[in-house]
Amino acid sequence: MTILNAILQGIFLGAFYAVLACGLSIMFGVMRIINLAHGDVAVLGAYIVLVIVDRTGVSAFVAFLIALPVMVVLGYALHFSVLERSLRAGILTPLLATFGLSIVIQNLLQLAFSPDVHSLGGSAGAVTTSSWQVTGGLSVSALGVLVLVTAVVVFGALQLLLSNTRLGWMMRATAEDADAAELVGINSRAVYASATALAVVIAALGGLFLGIRSVFDPVSGPTQLIFAFEAVVIGGMGSLWGTLLGGIALGIAQTLGAQIHPQFAVLAGHLLFLAVLVARFGGARVVLRTAR
Amino acid sequence: MTLLAVEKLDCRYGLLQAVRGVSFEVGQGETVALIGANGAGKTTLLRAIAGAHRPHGGRVLMDGADINSMPAHRRVSRGIALVPEGRRLFGGLTVMENLRVAASRRPGRWSVDSVLEVFPMLQPRRRALAANLSGGEQQAVAIGRALMSNPRLLLLDEVSLGLAPVVVDAVYRSLSGIIGEGATVVLVEQDLTRALEVAGRVICLLEGRVVLEGRAASLDRDRVVSAYFGLKRPA
Repeated sequence: MTILNAILQGIFLGAFYAVLACGLSIMFGVMRIINLAHGDVAVLGAYIVLVIVDRTGVSAFVAFLIALPVMVVLGYALHFSVLERSLRAGILTPLLATFGLSIVIQNLLQLAFSPDVHSLGGSAGAVTTSSWQVTGGLSVSALGVLVLVTAVVVFGALQLLLSNTRLGWMMRATAEDADAAELVGINSRAVYASATALAVVIAALGGLFLGIRSVFDPVSGPTQLIFAFEAVVIGGMGSLWGTLLGGIALGIAQTLGAQIHPQFAVLAGHLLFLAVLVARFGGARVVLRTAR
Repeated sequence: MTLLAVEKLDCRYGLLQAVRGVSFEVGQGETVALIGANGAGKTTLLRAIAGAHRPHGGRVLMDGADINSMPAHRRVSRGIALVPEGRRLFGGLTVMENLRVAASRRPGRWSVDSVLEVFPMLQPRRRALAANLSGGEQQAVAIGRALMSNPRLLLLDEVSLGLAPVVVDAVYRSLSGIIGEGATVVLVEQDLTRALEVAGRVICLLEGRVVLEGRAASLDRDRVVSAYFGLKRPA
């Protein structure tokens, strides 16, 4: 029963990782950018929600809705100020630029909010504490269900966007061949920018869940980035539903690892990541060769 | 009436000069064939007109207005559509999606339905991924995709490349229907006979320069051939 419970908790945890990974996957899928500041953008989202909660006293979920337009603007600003320019300079530059951005965001957050640890758990209402006892050893937390349902809704909505709307077709067309997309009248700059804005909004959702589930501080970003990145790679780079499954696989690996020893949790996730890397890409040698 | 004017256009790839001081005009309803050997600069010229290649010097004018600084996607809404060399379809999109993503706000005769009418071979393949189509079907989608923007000027780059002769015939049958309706077309074609058949006027490029220009009917084949290969190079 403990194993079953661990798997269930792993699914909930994995859904959280999938939400974090979603934006990373969009940006990689559309622009071939690996945004190393993605985790920090999520944490920045959590801080924006925190500020709104502190100022107005609304619940964290309402505060997130208020923060949404801010995140959209931030997404466009991020694209036009940093990503678009660095994209023009080849594939390595966005990596360096977002790495720098990550450091800048962390330090700005330190300046503005001090290194203190914060949480949004207290302002999220009863959802953080309620749970259902299914059987003796199996309990389902309301927050876990909320995160899982949200993840499925987010990925489902993205699927609908990509396969049924003009913006979705434009994103897929631009992702495949930006030059040809321009030739059929698609403004590839605008498509890239909306992909970034979408990724930033979903990152903020990840930040909201991070803040409600546990605690965050100005340097929480990189850890979140690693889990998100692992979820994307386990699920097959840039594949949408793969990212959801990858996140869940990572979550299950971590909770199962924790069954062996609490300190083994994160390591088990990394081991799964490495195993997938070796299996998919034929070992470290191939990975190194293609990276060159 | 002049629809497109190219003035002293220079195009470069680094140090390589692909197009050297090319000037010509295309009138409304005309069909002009650009011919020339590989590397003569035909594709570069078309890409520069479509806005996919930034010229080094000279101007491109549409309706007399300078469109040099206009990005490719805005030229599409101005009425220029290019069927690029190698088709460049979005392989992960279905035939329908390839067509619908290219639909523009320009009013006109072309829609998904009318494209499928002109290329009936696509009808049963509507939901297939573009990557899984045969070469002829892909070329039909590429032309249909360009038509979706209801262009006033259609640029065709080597639509017969890599296709079986029967398929080329089918593609050109559909094209001559479109041309017959009064579309303005600039096409690049390796097959001289076909180019002379379809086009009203022929422009021959050699090493980036215009070496021969004239009405297709008035040009005799030998003159075209020698210009094509640069046998009698103008001094």
